[in-house]
Amino acid sequence: MPRLSADARHRVAFVLNGRAVEGQAEPRMLLTDFLRHVLGMTGTHVGCEHGVCGACTVEIDGVPARACLMLAVQADGAILRTVEGLAPEPGRLSLLQQAFRRHHALQCGFCTPGILMSLDNYLRDNPDPREDDVRIFLTGHLCRCTGYVPIVAAALDAAARLREMKETQT
Amino acid sequence: MKPARFDYVRAESLAEAHDVLAAEGGEVSVLAGGQSLLPLLSTRLARPRVVLDIMRIRGLDVISHESQAIRIGATVRQAKLAAWPDLAGGQPLLAAALPFIGHAQTRTRGTVCGSIAHADPSAEIPLVMLALEGAILLSSARGQRRVCAAEFFTGLMSTAREEDELIEAAIVPRRQPGHGYAFREFARRHGDFAIVACAAIADERGARLAIGGVADRPVAFDGLPLDEAALDEALDRIAGALDARDDLHASADYRRHLVRRLGRATIAEARQCRA
Ligand SMILES: Cc1cc2nc3c(=O)[nH]c(=O)nc-3n(C[C@@H](O)[C@H](O)[C@H](O)COP(=O)(O)OP(=O)(O)OC[C@H]3O[C@@H](n4cnc5c(N)ncnc54)[C@H](O)[C@@H]3O)c2cc1C
Ligand code: FES
Ligand code: FES
Repeated sequence: MPRLSADARHRVAFVLNGRAVEGQAEPRMLLTDFLRHVLGMTGTHVGCEHGVCGACTVEIDGVPARACLMLAVQADGAILRTVEGLAPEPGRLSLLQQAFRRHHALQCGFCTPGILMSLDNYLRDNPDPREDDVRIFLTGHLCRCTGYVPIVAAALDAAARLREMKETQT
Repeated sequence: MKPARFDYVRAESLAEAHDVLAAEGGEVSVLAGGQSLLPLLSTRLARPRVVLDIMRIRGLDVISHESQAIRIGATVRQAKLAAWPDLAGGQPLLAAALPFIGHAQTRTRGTVCGSIAHADPSAEIPLVMLALEGAILLSSARGQRRVCAAEFFTGLMSTAREEDELIEAAIVPRRQPGHGYAFREFARRHGDFAIVACAAIADERGARLAIGGVADRPVAFDGLPLDEAALDEALDRIAGALDARDDLHASADYRRHLVRRLGRATIAEARQCRA
């Protein structure tokens, strides 16, 4: 059984946005700090560092979760997606990101990476959500700027466009 | 803040976890979903020497049927239980309470047994365990034992678990014919910890009501009358006798008020579900 000593740094390897990455972490290092400081992926934001604000939300093994509530060493072998993985190519936004832009669903942008990762995952499983359900889902995120109304509008608009796209594809 | 230093041990079997707990018990924090432990580590309210990750132990990620009960293994996440197809039919009270635990983004990682181990006085799962008279299966290098929920929760974030023990599973009694179940809670925002939460079970003779968020642990009352006037009187007595706290979120008086209102509504709903 692996025992990683407190005083040493240990190899952590996982798949990030489809690419194999690795780095060194002490056992106490949070996944947020590993992403930002070791891998230089600063798209994932850190607000409260105790699970409440949602700014650090990423996709871990296919589900949205708080990166600040996970140790980097726990992520060894996992499959992660962060906000950097949303855009299909440099200079082109995803449908959800475009909807955020159209609806002014961000102002300072601090909360945005976490909300995008949550909603990206949510809309995959819930292609036709009710507004109430989107609002309940968004209780997992704090936004101090927008008042949430434009975020909800962007989510519903993105859902509608994703449905349309699917229909024209089939 | 950042966590203080600790060794990280990843157990691959129950026996390995038991060995670590037997050797270093008081210095060890078990790590399950991390949704309560990581905040404690980051704020340094907890400073264990060893963090014992149990999530990769084989065989614990299982929900199964026992005679008259549902057994939920230590690493079953809240989201997995919520998506289990037999849940609403098997135990509607648990199904009703699960969506209130934190947020979708925390239920993806938080475990059912971790919530029981953490024993927050406002937490939904401990309340449901007490309401249903469920049991907690503890195991250690010394063997296994079952503790009923009423004896397991001993105070504010305190339980009957010994330092060398692991919660191996939660045992939740299955729905009984002729019984109605209901769960309600009041919080300022969906997903916040409940200011008051109620779980009720009604049959043709009376109701059992369990209340969370008021005292230092969930509490339950049996034999509540179904007649409305008598029920109001009983709820008045219960609300008055509860050891309610004043805190940041609500005064003790407000909590007592909620116990009366929410208690009545929850029992009424449980009666209706029976019919
Ligand atoms: C923003 C936010 C909101 C939340 N809201 C709510 C809420 O409304 N209601 C609610 O009930 N909870 C809430 N929680 C906490 C809930 O999400 C946790 O999942 C739960 O309290 C603990 O489960 P866990 O698996 O994450 O355990 P961990 O955090 O891993 O562990 C919690 C404690 O239990 C111990 N432990 C865990 N598993 C075992 C085991 N098998 N044997 C022995 N000891 C063990 C750990 O050592 C630790 O002390 C919230 C959390 C966050 C971050
Ligand atoms: S930084 Fe992780 S939830 Fe706030
Ligand atoms: S846009 Fe500023 S916090 Fe949400």
